[in-house]
Amino acid sequence: MRRYLLSACILGLLAGSALAERPRDLPEISAERLEQAIRSSFDYDRLPPDLKARLEQDEVQRLCSQYRNEPPADVAERIQKLSEEAVVFPSDGKFLGDWRRGEQLSLAGQGLRMRDDPRRGVGGNCYACHQMAPQEVAYGTLGPSLLQYGKIRDYDAEAIRTAYIKIYNSNATLACSTMPRYGTQKILSIEDITHILAFLFDPESPVNKE
Amino acid sequence: MKVTLWAIGAAAGASIAISAGLAQSDNPVEEYRRMLADPFANPGFLWVDEGERLWNEKRGPKNASLEQCDLGLGPGVLDGAYAQLPRYFPDVDKVMDAESRIVHCMVTLQGFDEAEIRRRAFSTRDRKSELEALVAFVAEKSSGHKFSIPLTHPKEKEAYALGEAVFYRRGSFFDFSCATCHSQDGLRIRLQELGNMRKQEDAARALTSWPTYRVSHETLRTMQHRMWDCFWQMRMPDLVHGSEVSIALITWLTKNAEGGELEVPSIKR
Ligand code: HEC
Ligand code: HEC
Repeated sequence: MRRYLLSACILGLLAGSALAERPRDLPEISAERLEQAIRSSFDYDRLPPDLKARLEQDEVQRLCSQYRNEPPADVAERIQKLSEEAVVFPSDGKFLGDWRRGEQLSLAGQGLRMRDDPRRGVGGNCYACHQMAPQEVAYGTLGPSLLQYGKIRDYDAEAIRTAYIKIYNSNATLACSTMPRYGTQKILSIEDITHILAFLFDPESPVNKE
Repeated sequence: MKVTLWAIGAAAGASIAISAGLAQSDNPVEEYRRMLADPFANPGFLWVDEGERLWNEKRGPKNASLEQCDLGLGPGVLDGAYAQLPRYFPDVDKVMDAESRIVHCMVTLQGFDEAEIRRRAFSTRDRKSELEALVAFVAEKSSGHKFSIPLTHPKEKEAYALGEAVFYRRGSFFDFSCATCHSQDGLRIRLQELGNMRKQEDAARALTSWPTYRVSHETLRTMQHRMWDCFWQMRMPDLVHGSEVSIALITWLTKNAEGGELEVPSIKR
């Protein structure tokens, strides 16, 4: 009986997923071992402080790595709480900037890579993962489509605030989100985020046109 | 003679890059397939020829060739060796991928300086990498062979497990891990298709096609370069060539690709 169950399980696995077979008797890799390998493999000791910092994980990165992006409920709650607390809102209370600049920032993919020219600035690279304006066909599919984003939401103030939070710190609404934490990680400035929000929420933005 | 051919290859590469750019609106995939099917149209094969020349020539402070290099199947055995790497090598008590092992042979047999080889491991606009050519030559000797790596030695198992852990490790400005882009089916980043490297099918499709002639780089590229490139996109510092993490990832990826049949060098965007 047990053997039947077992083979049923194995068949189920084979049919249900085509993940590559994982060898047995693998050693555990501790967090310390992993970090030691990372440091030696990126020449940590010889890096300037700003690059050293890129090799050091914050708590959210550490937890999401440890749980492979599927944290148990209590950890997920903790991550969301930490992330919510990290959100900083525009001091003048104005959420919507200039959609044209937002469009540029959504398209731009450069910045923060090794040898990128800092004078060219840092893009949001939203199109890497999202469909936005219908005219732009070179969009990725890691995230949901944002076509008609503001229009569908009736340009509602609460929806604008929620989207601001999503962009500033994606983990505030979903622990271990795939999406970068643009504000908290200092990829984009608050002003940049308001421009991008305008691209999503200005009725004149191509995002909200047919 | 072959040296000149290699130089012509670079020029041909440039013109292919241009024509591929023009062909974009038509069907670039078909165009690449056609070039792949025709060994004379894929400049990667010029790298293979150059690699063969470099392999057999007496070079370096010790004025020796690489003909006695042991890639895991015994000194001088090339056929199928690439398809069985990475693996554990008792002489260095380490797991090595093909590239690290070739570097090791250049150091021990020919007397070259390791740091210097690694510094020049990737071709730049004005300097070709000898290592890339050597890897192309060695890998091509496994075309038609299926990936099958041993993974029996404890250090091989550790490399696999470490590679898997690195795959899920998030970090730097964008919180990216390899899993961000390579753990779901059928997704794209902008227009580039991303394989699900946890699946045999996708891992095999990827791994069996490297080394590859990258049209956008106008040179041949190796798996070490691909790892470095993906970490660069992840806003990480430069991955050290032949580092433990690079070999661990390649071990994990190659095991996932087990059974896939090599067809190299391929040609890609
Ligand atoms: C690496 C991929 C990635 C990038 C880059 C990215 N996102 Fe996202 N985004 C996602 C994913 C995945 C989700 C869905 C999961 C979630 O909500 O966290 C999402 C969700 C969203 C949502 C909420 C959608 C909804 O259902 O209401 C908004 C708004 C958004 N992203 C905007 C942006 C903007 C603006 C940028 C660029 C500044 C951006 N994203 C960059 C992956 C990404
Ligand atoms: C931000 C997205 C992103 C991340 C993160 C990322 N990659 Fe990639 N990866 C890509 C893109 C884009 C390509 C190129 C696809 C193409 O050329 O069409 C690629 C290509 C590859 C390939 C070659 C696939 C082929 O068929 O030729 C491998 C293998 C690979 N990545 C492994 C990794 C590993 C291992 C990591 C982590 C160290 C990683 N990637 C992280 C985006 C990413």
